[in-house]
Amino acid sequence: MYAFEIERPTTLQDAVAAIAGGGQALSGGQTLIPTLKARLADPGKLVSLHGVAELKGVCTDDDGRICIGAATTHATVARELAGSYPGLASLAARIGDPAVRNRGTIGGSLANNDPSACYPAGALASGATIVTNTREIAADDYFHGMFATALEEDEIITEVKFPVPRAAAYEKFIQPASRFPLVAVFVAKFDDGVRVAITGASETGVFRWTEAEAALSSDFSAGALDGLRVDPDHMIADLHGDKAYRAHLCAVMTKRAVTAAA
Amino acid sequence: MPKDSGIGASSKRREDVRFLTGAGNYTDDINIHGQLHVHFLRADVAHATLNGVDTSAAEGMPGVHRIFTAADFAAVGGLPCGWLITDRHGQPMQEPKHPILAEGKIRHVGEPVAAVVADTLAQARDAAEAIVLDYDVLPAVIDMKAALQDGAGRVHDDLTSNLCYDWGFVEDNKQAVDDAIKGAAHVTTLELVNNRLVANPMEPRVAVGEYNRSDDMHTLHTTSQNPHVIRLLMGAFVLGIPEHKLRVVAPDVGGGFGTKIFHYAEEAFCTFAAKALNRPVKWTSTRSEAFMSDAHGRDHVTKIELALDADNNFVAVRTETLANMGAYLSTFASSVPTWLHGTLMAGNYKTPHIYVNVKAVFTNTVPVDAYRGAGRPEATFQLERVIDKAARELGVDPIKLRRQNFITEFPYATPVAVEYDTGDYVATMDKLEEIADLAGFAARRKESEAKGKLRGLGVNCYIEACGIAPSNLVGQLGARAGLYDAATVRVNATGSISVMVGAHSHGQGHETSFPQVISEMIGIPEDQIDIVHGDTSKIPFGMGTYGSRSLAVCGSAMVRAAEKVINKAKKIAAHLMEASEGDIELKNGRFSVAGTDKSVAWGDVTLAAYVPHNYPLTDIEPGLEETAFYDPANFTYPSGAYACEVELDPETGHVKIERFSAADDFGNIINPMIVSGQVHGGIAQGIGQAMLEGCVYDADGQLLSASYMDYAMPRAEDVPFYTVDHSCQTPCTHNPLGVKGCGEAGAIGSPPSVVNAVLDAINSGSGKKVAHIDMPLTPARVWAAMQ
Amino acid sequence: MRVTMDVNGRSVSGEVEGRTLLVDFLREGLHLTGTHVGCDTSQCGACTVHVDGLLVKACTMFAAEAEGAAVTTIEGIAAPDGTLSVVQQAFQDHHGLQCGFCTPGMVMAATALLKDNPKPSEAEIRHHLDGNICRCTGYHNIVKAIMAASGQEMPALAAE
Repeated sequence: MYAFEIERPTTLQDAVAAIAGGGQALSGGQTLIPTLKARLADPGKLVSLHGVAELKGVCTDDDGRICIGAATTHATVARELAGSYPGLASLAARIGDPAVRNRGTIGGSLANNDPSACYPAGALASGATIVTNTREIAADDYFHGMFATALEEDEIITEVKFPVPRAAAYEKFIQPASRFPLVAVFVAKFDDGVRVAITGASETGVFRWTEAEAALSSDFSAGALDGLRVDPDHMIADLHGDKAYRAHLCAVMTKRAVTAAA
Repeated sequence: MPKDSGIGASSKRREDVRFLTGAGNYTDDINIHGQLHVHFLRADVAHATLNGVDTSAAEGMPGVHRIFTAADFAAVGGLPCGWLITDRHGQPMQEPKHPILAEGKIRHVGEPVAAVVADTLAQARDAAEAIVLDYDVLPAVIDMKAALQDGAGRVHDDLTSNLCYDWGFVEDNKQAVDDAIKGAAHVTTLELVNNRLVANPMEPRVAVGEYNRSDDMHTLHTTSQNPHVIRLLMGAFVLGIPEHKLRVVAPDVGGGFGTKIFHYAEEAFCTFAAKALNRPVKWTSTRSEAFMSDAHGRDHVTKIELALDADNNFVAVRTETLANMGAYLSTFASSVPTWLHGTLMAGNYKTPHIYVNVKAVFTNTVPVDAYRGAGRPEATFQLERVIDKAARELGVDPIKLRRQNFITEFPYATPVAVEYDTGDYVATMDKLEEIADLAGFAARRKESEAKGKLRGLGVNCYIEACGIAPSNLVGQLGARAGLYDAATVRVNATGSISVMVGAHSHGQGHETSFPQVISEMIGIPEDQIDIVHGDTSKIPFGMGTYGSRSLAVCGSAMVRAAEKVINKAKKIAAHLMEASEGDIELKNGRFSVAGTDKSVAWGDVTLAAYVPHNYPLTDIEPGLEETAFYDPANFTYPSGAYACEVELDPETGHVKIERFSAADDFGNIINPMIVSGQVHGGIAQGIGQAMLEGCVYDADGQLLSASYMDYAMPRAEDVPFYTVDHSCQTPCTHNPLGVKGCGEAGAIGSPPSVVNAVLDAINSGSGKKVAHIDMPLTPARVWAAMQ
Repeated sequence: MRVTMDVNGRSVSGEVEGRTLLVDFLREGLHLTGTHVGCDTSQCGACTVHVDGLLVKACTMFAAEAEGAAVTTIEGIAAPDGTLSVVQQAFQDHHGLQCGFCTPGMVMAATALLKDNPKPSEAEIRHHLDGNICRCTGYHNIVKAIMAASGQEMPALAAE
């Protein structure tokens, strides 16, 4: 790692100020720290969000949305949402491994937007709202492709608000080395329609499979997806699977998620 | 009733307490006052002409003591290869120089080009980034077939080609094999890849060099399976340090699996630099460095033909293999595809005609050398896969086909130059059918099918040659070292014993199992006996631990030394009891005079040896300490039969290993608990090879599987509980313990049954016909094969 | 900067850089070398410790972030008189370790699991160990040891 300082603010205001002063946010660090070890980043100053109490925890707002503080760990989400949003809790419970889940946070995951991360699928399929220190961003406007998001320089996620669907499920097919999704699908059924988000598969990061959404919105069953195919063109091809395989898995995992949710 | 101590007891491991409490002493735990840290600047291209290394900007950076390049090693030898292979035409293999730091050319990604020694590791890394390499990239030589074509770029400009050797075995058999295949009723042909692997012991390699100017003594602390081998190779061939001025210490070592046998550049560097700087120098590999600097394993491309007569008797086997050597010859690289592979091609079967051809090829990749099993997994895999394919082609039961062709009479001289002393392949197969509940498979398959899954069963046999080996034989075959081992049994005055052994324990539990043998021989409690290993200044010259040899070779040396001790102690006892030496018996820690009630305790005799007041000083020396060197008369031949049951999800290609059973014959067993553990670990590595692990380069020679993000290590969720049995025991006839070795069996015996099982699932259940899938059988590959 | 934390029940403090990992502070600063480093991508789990009672990879957390925390390492698991914990003893009894390098992380992971889930199933144990790689044992005896430590009957397949 290159040398850097760590600041440890205890309030959001101080954290935002420190970041505006040239620091990079450090949330759980479960992706950032390995990146630093490989000397792929030279941040100069890290601002640890670990001590900012107002960024942690889960609550429900007046619209019935579940609000998760950006620095809330996956383990906490898995535990606290088990009753209120089991689909999302199950996603959180399967990220990485137990130690990673005790440090990694929802805000860190969404800010990084790894094309194979779990949370982007949950946020996009749920139609979540990403709240930052300056504004609210709809999930549909937030994900801009691999490792790219709508976040501006110095903007940090403070909270993520999830509308709770009628039914939801997350089906993950793991890449056996990293244990990240090779392809994973989050299906969320709302009164006004179904949303399907897929991670791990596409070169452009998490995406909504709109054809599947249309089919499922009129018939929420795995059978409704028969014959639907994801275009393999923009799929990721690597050691672990080619484009055709990933495209195939998109359909299989979507069907399984629908079955699990129904 | 199981024994509670001595040979055959599952004694709990005494080394566990330190490992369980964080009190182990691994090489990275060693920090010496004043030590500096080295960071190696490693090549990021696979093949290039290296015009220059500009260290000027880096030299003045904070904390930097010195930056080394190839020029600093001009007077130093290259890393030696320990085995000379003579090719089909009687010519020696091509043997390029293997420099400590890249010399004139870069030949693989990860090759060390410069070394920065600084006060801290971070400073060394900072400075390494300021080093400017001037190189011209050359096309990388990666594919072995292409590497052998005329006009291919050359990894080594001073060699005539990329061919290290073209080996034929047994060359005199070739015509008979060709004729037998021509005249056979059926020939099954299979082309396959034995995938390149990275051994990945959980402890990365570490080296700490030390130099003491006052007595000109060099000390190297290193993660090695064989400290004396490192001392010999580094002292005599690389740095020119005489043995008495070089101490090599391998303390607790966190797994080896072969990759810590070899002498590496980083060891020589730290030893050299410690003297040059008069400061201890430490290097700790990161896992990322390990992927591009630890010797890799396997990487064979093979075509095998199995010829059968009209009654399905095997009549001939012919194989052609391309074996990847990587960019340089690692310590034992040349022996792996030849003597450790060709000699096993008979397997468990009485095939009369066998011919093996191996072309070893230089490529711009990390050197390839022994990994758990080394050559024997490659032999077993191709043979057991082609037998399965033949059974499917002929419509016969694969177990029946194997049974029909088993060797049943011993000793058995194979057409590939080895003589199996003992074995009972029918017994292990019978045992396998029982423990794997093969009778219940059909019902389990129905259950899987009811869930929409396919279920497959795969079996295979294996034979291995272990306990390497008779020195006179391996010498004829090209080994540049002897392969005996040594032990010193030092009895203390009050009767407790320290045994200094040449074998090295890095997970095998020698500290527990070796004392069980001595305890059995003398009849004193195991806790009266300690094992000392891993430090050349303390132990006799032994060759270390690999090839499942520790008990068979070093254990035999220990038995011989203990016998000498007992013989001498009997003389002392005879004197004390005024009896004839021939009448003295040792039992349960007491010497007695046959036919009388006279006896003395072990401790009384040992005390007399060290306090020789009443002692036959004119006939025997005081003291009680003996050393023995043991050179085996033959290899040992463990064997077994394995079965794997898988459930395959046809929608995704995902395979779950549902059951895995192993029936092994290891001869006599010292500690059944430890033996089972060795088999478990070997099976997991074999499942890893078959299902998960693959070391992959792209066409430019960049390592794609360069970390645990892309190289899939088996996790707890990837494997089942295994059923293992080693009750079939045909003791080895030529070592005093009758042991055969158990360390590699699991890794040798498991990949074919896994692949056979997956193919059985596909061919028996899906209506598809798939003849072969190359390892690792990732879901993507399985799914693609089924489309 | 200076950090102060409680390690194995003892208050310790030391100077660290921003980039000092918790594992480096433990190993180099406190000479608690039982916590190992087996990879640089946060996967092998050899460095696993407990921070404020939670399982954490000490190679993926900065020492500075442990300010004020209570850290338990493998050296803090046995009783003060050296008696092995139930988990440690089960690992020895069931041969749940070979080379010992992954073992501290395995013991820390198993200890945390049994605190939250005193009677885990075989599948739960295997899933929980996703972040701890062992190259020696094939996991058989590790899973068996954890089942034994939880006082459960062994499935027939694990009997050998």
